[in-house]
Amino acid sequence: MVRPDARPPAPAPEGGSLPDAAAVDLSVQLGPMRLANPIMPASGTFSENLARVMDLDRLGAFVAKSIYATPRKGNPTPRVAETREGMLNSIGLPSKGVAHFVAEHLPAYAGLKPPLVVSLSADTVAEFGPAAAEISVPGVGAIEVNISCPNLEADGRAFAQFPDATYAAMSAVRAATSLPIWAKLTPNVADIAAIAQAAEAAGADALVVANTILAMAIDVETRRPRLGNVMGGYSGPAVKPIMLRMAFQCARAVRIPVIGCGGIVTVEDVAEYLIAGCSAVQVGTQTFLEPGAMPRLIDELARWCAARGIGRVRDLVGTVRLDPDPSHAEWLAS
Amino acid sequence: MGDHCCPVVANVPVSARYWHMVLEAPPLACAARAGQFFHLKCPAPPGEPAPFFRRPMSVYQARPDRGRVEFLYKVAGHGTRGMAALRPGDSFDILGPLGRGFTLDLAWRRIIVLARGVGLATLAPLAQDAAQLGVGVTAILSARSPEDVLCREVMAEAGARVLAVTDSEGTSDPDKVAALIRAAVARAGAEAIFTCGSNRLLQLSQALARELGLAGEVALEQQMACGLGMCLCCVRAFRGADGEIEHRRVCWEGPVFPLQEALSW
Repeated sequence: MVRPDARPPAPAPEGGSLPDAAAVDLSVQLGPMRLANPIMPASGTFSENLARVMDLDRLGAFVAKSIYATPRKGNPTPRVAETREGMLNSIGLPSKGVAHFVAEHLPAYAGLKPPLVVSLSADTVAEFGPAAAEISVPGVGAIEVNISCPNLEADGRAFAQFPDATYAAMSAVRAATSLPIWAKLTPNVADIAAIAQAAEAAGADALVVANTILAMAIDVETRRPRLGNVMGGYSGPAVKPIMLRMAFQCARAVRIPVIGCGGIVTVEDVAEYLIAGCSAVQVGTQTFLEPGAMPRLIDELARWCAARGIGRVRDLVGTVRLDPDPSHAEWLAS
Repeated sequence: MGDHCCPVVANVPVSARYWHMVLEAPPLACAARAGQFFHLKCPAPPGEPAPFFRRPMSVYQARPDRGRVEFLYKVAGHGTRGMAALRPGDSFDILGPLGRGFTLDLAWRRIIVLARGVGLATLAPLAQDAAQLGVGVTAILSARSPEDVLCREVMAEAGARVLAVTDSEGTSDPDKVAALIRAAVARAGAEAIFTCGSNRLLQLSQALARELGLAGEVALEQQMACGLGMCLCCVRAFRGADGEIEHRRVCWEGPVFPLQEALSW
């Protein structure tokens, strides 16, 4: 997937004319899917409500909030807590089920250009297949299989913490649908590359790296946990270097595309993920603080590329420069 | 609707605990309706980092004629400490107006508005709307002490009958407030009651509305992240039409809800 010998594109010509930002080709290929640009929302941080503040047609793709195979109420409040550079959430995936999504939310996306990616979760491997079949309807472009949410079970354990459970869940979805399927991995593992390879072996078309980091916060005055569910997932700028490292490891370990996710605020963050080997990125927490973050990043990415003489954003993917000295040799070999 | 960077026109304390902020805002923002809110990107208070999330705050005054949006707030936490640090000429990023505001029935002869502390800031524009539309208003303003009573002038200017009740005078306990509500219904013909924020006042309003056959609404608060109905963190419990307990988003289905559907906490 990633060419170790890839060189960064030629620097902008001295004194020469740079390409116009409008002429930069922002499109990217994600397995069988072509996206107009690499910017899409992270599941759980987006809904059609965002049409009130932005033109939804500008996005590379839509990613809906995870739907559970069966209806769920969600966790007690408080469901979020803030830290200096991030947020914890423990929403608990409230869901009214697949049929409700198809009836009540899917029509809102009819007539919009970007593909709709539906995030799907389930309590058991056996529930994944039927739910994937049920959501494979016209208007759905791909299924993001949420095998990673840290809130699903006690102690935050999830399918994507184990290669065999990852393989089983993704295989069940693969057998049930002909849509492209993405595996959303959890960062709460020791060896994410092994999980990435299990998802690829099960037939995943792409990986999303990654979901939130299991975390905790305590109010020191009341000595109570600051989340109703005690623990929750950490996101925001604080997690970006960790997620970037994991996305890099996954991109080196598999041949399918990797979608980076975690802490994106600036256009440099986007470029960093692309250079690390990601074909696209998801923006989440920043949209809560800045509802127009995604269209801003699309505009800035075009200008960022134009200013560096990069005509096609996909030429950035995996161009991280590794030197053939001992400290980089492990990655050159992978 | 969107986020607007608005110049601060004024930001001053109006009592020991409460501050009043006036912003110059674009026409869209000024069109905020009573009960709607803005999601505020509060700056860093002196010596502290900026709060990570935006902070929701109900609109106190929205004046399309003057191009201004106003907030009345208590400096109580990280976000409001940052707000209090803003000076005239500074820019303040506000997202909104958001949410569903109050609804008034023009057939009502009179409404009661009942709140305490900054909850009164949420109800003040409702009282003004009602008065402008020819609906009488009885405003019951609750506070710790007479000098803490908020919105007395703005309610009186709107033509409301103002009744201040305070802890220090011993006039704010539920039985005495209930007597005032019964009197407003019996003598002045009030047909609806509106309240905000306080669990105690919600329970009192619900009980009296049931007893006296009043319509009503309650504006609720909850911690928010997105403010746009996406993150599902600001839910509260309600009793739905089928009697089932359900979660609704304060930012999206609210912050104003039918009085009897809200569950006290």
